[in-house]
This record gives sequence, structure tokens and C-alpha cells, in this order.
Amino acid sequence: MPSNKSLSDAPITQFVNCRILKDHRLQREDLWVREGKILNPEKLFFDEEGFADHKIDCGNKIIAPGFIDVQLNGGYGIDFSQASDDIIGGVALVAKKILEHGVTSFCPTLVTSPTVIYHKVIPEIRVQDGGPEGAGVLGLHLEGPFISKEKKGAHPAQFLRTFNAGVVADLMETYGHLENVAMVTLAPELANSGAAIRELAGRGITVSVGHSMADLSQAEEAVQNGASFITHLFNAMLPFHHRDPGIVGLLTSDRIPPGQTVYYGMIADGIHTHPAALRIAHRAHPAGLVLVTDAVTAMGLPPGRHTLGQQQIDIQGLHAYVAGTTTLSGSIATMDMCVRHFREASGCTVEAALEAASLHPAQLLGMSHRKGTLEYGTDADFVVLDDTLTVRETYIAGQQVWRK
Amino acid sequence: MLDPQTPQDFLNHMIVFLCPAVRSCYMKRYTRHIIRSLHADIMKLIILNEYDQVSEWAAKYIRNRIRKFNPGPDRFFTLGLPTGSTPLGCYKKLIEYHKRGEVSFQYVKTFNMDEYVGLPREHPESYHSFMWNNFFKHIDIRAENAHILDGNASNLEKECQDFEAQIKAAGGIELFVGGIGPDGHIAFNEPGSSLVSRTRVKTLAMDTILANARFFDGDLSKVPTMALTVGVGTVMDAREVMILITGAHKAFALYNAIEEGVNHMWTVSAFQQHPQTVFVCDEDATQELKVKTVKYFKGMMHVHNKMVDEL
Repeated sequence: MPSNKSLSDAPITQFVNCRILKDHRLQREDLWVREGKILNPEKLFFDEEGFADHKIDCGNKIIAPGFIDVQLNGGYGIDFSQASDDIIGGVALVAKKILEHGVTSFCPTLVTSPTVIYHKVIPEIRVQDGGPEGAGVLGLHLEGPFISKEKKGAHPAQFLRTFNAGVVADLMETYGHLENVAMVTLAPELANSGAAIRELAGRGITVSVGHSMADLSQAEEAVQNGASFITHLFNAMLPFHHRDPGIVGLLTSDRIPPGQTVYYGMIADGIHTHPAALRIAHRAHPAGLVLVTDAVTAMGLPPGRHTLGQQQIDIQGLHAYVAGTTTLSGSIATMDMCVRHFREASGCTVEAALEAASLHPAQLLGMSHRKGTLEYGTDADFVVLDDTLTVRETYIAGQQVWRK
Repeated sequence: MLDPQTPQDFLNHMIVFLCPAVRSCYMKRYTRHIIRSLHADIMKLIILNEYDQVSEWAAKYIRNRIRKFNPGPDRFFTLGLPTGSTPLGCYKKLIEYHKRGEVSFQYVKTFNMDEYVGLPREHPESYHSFMWNNFFKHIDIRAENAHILDGNASNLEKECQDFEAQIKAAGGIELFVGGIGPDGHIAFNEPGSSLVSRTRVKTLAMDTILANARFFDGDLSKVPTMALTVGVGTVMDAREVMILITGAHKAFALYNAIEEGVNHMWTVSAFQQHPQTVFVCDEDATQELKVKTVKYFKGMMHVHNKMVDEL
């Protein structure tokens, strides 16, 4: 009996009767997985004379790369920016819960915090692979504290910082560690920010512009220095003006270095970005759109009144209000919901909606060779969806980690 | 005296047919002849309206042949296979029948006709890629049973000899399916190839290279100039041969295949001497044939169609 295991003894799974998102379109193809990676079945057939050990019938559903959320502040009562006694446990709880939203990896996000919090929390949240215990951590997203006072949004003003001449010292003094950091959001109009951007980008950290008063030329300079993302476009920046388009103008700038793409985060929950604004951004620069939830502590909690830290909030439908008011208390969107809303609001293709939550964030983080696609050899992190784009199953490294 | 063996005989007897006295005698013999033609050593020509029906007929025929053979772990059905645009529709239909559970390839061994020399296997124009994308990945065939010549083998001569040996070891080919080029070539046995040739390395004719350029960005320098191919003799050894011919551009080749004599300049004509050959063609491909030839074979369609009935 010829072996089907000439390169590896690991079992091979073939997902059949499905449409897979590959090369920017849904294709009627099978998906083959071995050892947590997506396998090239043609090579298996001709080189190894191999075949599948198991076949899984997907009932004509869609298979898309697992979703990646690069901006998630917490959820299910957990706030990553609060130094609890059990930081790791808090991240693990959220990581586990978001599997049901199709998220297979994410960047836990810390909003502007005092130095002591950074020094305590950053070393604890390590980059790690996902699995049945939860979505993988790609690294932290540090949103602040080097941001604009005027555009601080919900960030606490007393902890905002500026750069001095020695940006490396500033960064290290503030954050303490940068090993587990995937992304930093800063305001490029701050003095010496150019040096900071170059320093961070040089370390392989994605730099995002946001919470900023920058005009377009400042934003373009930031991109030329290595920034590649815009944090929650339209929110916490100057509004678009036709003679001074501001950061929004990056979407159609002609001063982006050749070969470089500027990506932009979009909270497509139907509340934080008007559908018309979403369409403007999408039509101007579809390849850069990255769906983010920017979800906070209240995400995932049932409707009603909750006490979170010092604050009381009311959850009604998709809105989270400061208790007794109509002041929004942050996003409680889930990634699967954002994908559906984005598709409906923009009228884009199913493929485009799914790629905005998978391929684009992976490209942004420079890891599309491993994540965000169903290319051969990449990690077998994927979601099985029905035609309404409702997540039915979530897989990490080829293993089912959640099912409806 | 009245024993119609060929279309020519049939036409000759038409005069006699007009005489009522011999009509009933003739009809008996004619019917007997038709029934025998399903089994005996005779060439069949199946004429269908268009390409899709050719594909369907051929696929049903292959399906039925495999099922009637009743293959099993100790009894594999051996199938010779072509590439190219002509058999594509036939493969699609076979895949459909497979998905409907009407045919399995679990106990089928396949042998492909040819492959380019020096073209990377992963190249989209390689015949490995063709077979994988258009057939193998959709069916339940095991890789160890699917044989395609390796155009990147270090010793091409040996690769060809091994291929012949593999066919022999599999007990010869039960049904060889082929297409032809407008110049009547079968596999890469271009005009002038020996009609007893075996599997070998072949330099491609300039016509073929030019015709293939469209698959290689129109760049002649990228087109492979050599191929490995089974010989005419290799295909002749199959117990049965089915050749698909569609389109007006193949009409002259079909004419040479069946109405002219055996000739190495039209290598497909060799199958006139094969005991079991089925040509399946569309109306367009018959344009160069004599009306009487077409009418003769069309007159037998109701009988030939029984071969593709659901089993």
C-alpha cells in the first residue's frame, strides 16, 4: 500500500463542498489542511501520491480566512487597560469569547494609560498562537499616549505625553518594553514624532496616525517616515475639508511612496461611522480598508445596566450608553457584525467584505505570508460562514475551536 | 451476396433494395449487420449535433464501460486519457456522473498520452496541471493510479520505456480516449510519425509550436519544443479506442481518418485497422465527408445510442 505520508505522518483533512476565498474570489475548491497549515493538494497528489485521511462536508458554505482585529480594547467586562491582578486571565477570557465572532487573532489594545500601567501590562501580554483556548495574540496595539490633546477622545488627558529630543528614551520610559508590541498609534504633528515613527517602524512595529490634529502634509510626512495605518478613520481627527483634507486625504494622496499602501481602520458598526462616510472611504481606497471593532469592556455583555470599574453603563441593542444618558460609551461591535454591516452599507462584494477583516489587517501587519489568506503554506486559521455571513464554525491551525 | 459490410456495400445494395422481392431478405441481413456492429470488428462513427452532445455521449460511454467492467481491488480498469480543449466537456460530464455516484475511479488506472519536455510541472500549461485541475482533483482516483509522463525526468528515454512497461504491467489499456489535431495527429504523433511508433521523445512541428504560443504569452521562446508522447502503436494496442473530433477545422482530418486510406501523414487514419474504434464527432466535423457516409452512420445512431443508455 503506497503511503500518503511521504513528507509527514500527520493526518490530512479535506474540506469539501465549500466555496473558499482565494485570490480575491470565492472559488468552488476544496480546502486541504495538514499540521495546521493549508496544503497544496496538487503537490500532495503528484509529489507524495497522497490523499486525505478525513473529509469534512461543509454543506456548500463559505470558507474565509479567520478574522483579525487590530483594535480591541476589551469585552465581556474586561478592560485590557486596567491593571488587574489577572491580566493574562482577562486577555484569555476575551480571546476565547471572540472565537464565536470568527476572530482567530487580534491585537489587545491599550488606550492612553499611566506609565505604571504600561510597565505592568505590556510584559504580561505576550505574542502567542491561538488554539482551542482562544484567538492568537499578534502583539499589543498601544493607542497613545503620544496623541493630541484636542483629539484625545475618551483618553484621559492627564496621561498624554509628548516627545522630547530623545525619542528612544521617551518610548522606553513610557512603555518599558516593546517586544510584544505590534502597533503604536500616535499623532504625527507632535514635535519629534518623525524620529519616533522611524524608530518604531525600524523595529518592525506598525505605526498608525490617529487621535491627531495633523494636516495632510504632516500625515504624508508620517507615511514617508514609515507610518502605514490610520486609526479609526474619521474619528478623533480633523474633519475632511476640501482645501485641507487632513489625515482623511491620505486615502487619495499622490505622495505615498511607490509600492506602499496606507491602510485605515474602520469601525463599521453603523454607529461610529455613518454609512455614507464608510462608502466614501471604501470607494476612494478599497484596498486599504481594515475593519476594526474598537470594542470596549461592555462588548459581549447582555442588555441592561452594568457596573464597569467606576462607570455604570446601559446596553440597549447595539449601543452602549453612559447610564441614564445618550452618551456613547464606546463600541460594542463584534467583528462578524462589522463584516455584515460593511457589506450591506457599502454594497461591496462578499469577497471584499471578508478581506477587509482578514487579508487587509494581515497585510497591514506584514504577515500576509502566514495569516489572512488561504494560500498554500499559511496557517489554517479560517471561518466557515453561511450566505448571510453568519459565522458557523471557527478553526485555528486546522482545528475546530468553536461552532455555533 | 447481400451482406453489407461497409457503407459502400450498403449504397451498392440500395438498387436491390428497391425491388420488393429482395427487400425483406435484405432487411433481415441489415438488421443482423447492425446488431453485429455493436460487437464485431468494425469502426463506428457517432455523429451528434454539437460539442456538448459529443461530450455527453463520450462521458456516458466511458461511464458505462467502467461500470460494465466491474473493476475492483484485483481488477483495475485501464483508461488512456487526452488533454486539450476537445475532451474538456467530456471530463466535466464524467465529474458530474462521479458526483452523482454513477461512476467511481477508485479502481481505475489512467495513462495520459503526452507531456511537454522541460516545462515545470506546476506550470499552468503542463498536462499535469491540466489533468489535476480539470479532472483528477474532482474525482476519487488515487495518485498512484494516475500515470502521466514526466517531461522533467533526468533520463527521458528511460521515462518512455518505463511508461510502456507500466501500461504492460497494468494489463494493457482497456479504453484509450483521444482527440486529434487539424492535421490528424493523435497525441504528439504528428504527420510522418511511424504508425507502429512507441512512447518516445518527439520534437514538435513548427505548426504545433506556433499554435501553442497563445498559451505562453504569445512568446515563441517560452513554448516547449519537445514532448514525450505515446506512439501510434501504443494506442493501437489498446483493446478499444475512442476518438473525439469536433469543429469544422477538424473536418478535413476526419475525412482523411475514415474515407481515405491508412497514411502516416494523417496518423489518426491508422485506427482504420484497429478492431474496436469509435469516432465521436459533431455535425461541423462531418463537413468534408461524403453524404452517403454521414447518412449511413446516422442511420445507425438509434442502435449506437443503446451503448450509452443508463445501466
